Amino acid sequence: MALIDLANPTRFLRFVERSLPWLVAATAIVFAFGLVEAALAPDDYQQGATVKIMYLHVPAAWLAMFAWAMMSVAAIGTLVFRHPLADVAAKAAVPLGAAFTFICLITGSLWGRPMWGTYWVWDARLTSVLLLFIMYLGLLVLWRSVEDPTLAGRAAAILTLVGAVNLPIIKFSVDWWNTLHQGASVIRRDGPSIDPSILVPLLVMALAFTLLFVTLHLAVMRNEVLRRRVRSLRLLQAQAALRV
Amino acid sequence: MAGARRNAGVRPRWRAMTALRAIIVRDMRIAIRIGGGAMMGVLFFLVVVALTPFAFGPDLALLRRVGPAILWIGALLASLLALDRLFAADHDDGSLDLILTGHLPLELTIAAKALAHWLTTGLPLVLATPVLALFLNLEPVGTGAVMLTLLIGTPALTFTGLIGAALAVALRRGGLLLPILVLPLTAPVLIFGVAASNAAVVGPVPFGTPFMLLCALTLMSLVVGPFAAAATLRHGLE
Repeated sequence: MALIDLANPTRFLRFVERSLPWLVAATAIVFAFGLVEAALAPDDYQQGATVKIMYLHVPAAWLAMFAWAMMSVAAIGTLVFRHPLADVAAKAAVPLGAAFTFICLITGSLWGRPMWGTYWVWDARLTSVLLLFIMYLGLLVLWRSVEDPTLAGRAAAILTLVGAVNLPIIKFSVDWWNTLHQGASVIRRDGPSIDPSILVPLLVMALAFTLLFVTLHLAVMRNEVLRRRVRSLRLLQAQAALRV
Repeated sequence: MAGARRNAGVRPRWRAMTALRAIIVRDMRIAIRIGGGAMMGVLFFLVVVALTPFAFGPDLALLRRVGPAILWIGALLASLLALDRLFAADHDDGSLDLILTGHLPLELTIAAKALAHWLTTGLPLVLATPVLALFLNLEPVGTGAVMLTLLIGTPALTFTGLIGAALAVALRRGGLLLPILVLPLTAPVLIFGVAASNAAVVGPVPFGTPFMLLCALTLMSLVVGPFAAAATLRHGLE
């Protein structure tokens, strides 16, 4: 189904109703598989069992950045193509992205305490992710404080595109600055530097997190479409009441 | 008739330059004559810098060490808090509608307005820095470094803040929302501005490295700011 067909909200709702049960099932299965794999994966020779935090931390961090990247694409859809569902998609991704960023920060902090000896350091990677979290919260506040969804959508779209500058900074912060955080170890030119026994569960968990994001995102988008319908029906009702 | 013909002969580029100069002169005149924009920014800067030693305690060695950071925070807040009136006054009296419907590219007009705003609020902050640096016990080298980094960095703050100023008009919202949205975007400028100032005084990084990054950030904001602000105004006020 082409993206343009989903521009019709009714067709989009039908699509969500049909695909959501499958997505929920797939998410549950991959999560169960990934959690078992992660539990059975060997401990790190230096870090011991704390390395298991990675199976939550790394996918959450990827999703935190993926959500903003998706919002940036949606922002172009809002500003350039005026796709009617683009700002619904952008709005729905904000709380999800904020939640994944929060999970990333919390798990990273809990992992840092035994490994680095501190919950928090002000280095480039941590600071740029904290800024990402603050920007998510800013967008959340923006969506809540402006009543007209179209107006809020356009303002949020511009801010999202400007904020996208932060994404490469997060990605490359471990290469550009000296930091406690380890460097890129999965996507490298000379192949992953992680042993397959740890890498495979990590990738399964990443898939599970992505499925979780897509499932929740579609559900939140459906709720938002319905909420907007209720809003416009209420406005019509109020106008009709005025005319009588 | 003759006048009209002579006017038609003038190349369009010339008329654009005249119009931009007129906007800059008008905005600077308004800022200096009414509302006291320039004075208010410097006063706010003074208040922030004067308040911090109350929080840190009057330890001169400590103040010398954190002085560049205090000056940068003060300048950051002063230049951003002054911004929310950049378009608001023009929106209230209708001149913003004229600017939006005018012949000039909106991005250029906005850049001209931002330049005028920086000349009346950003530049006074830089000029006030040596006096405030005395309070913080900075050495001449440190004072010079902070002045230089502020001279390069405050345009970045103004042009990034443009987005916030445009949002303030488009969303008809002021107050705390805009600092929340805009301040995270200014974090890199603050980081490299303070890093360069500190590098000049204590090292260990050479001054040039963070300073070049600061210059890059300023150049980037000079491009991104006007375009984002113009898009906000176009989409918000149509």
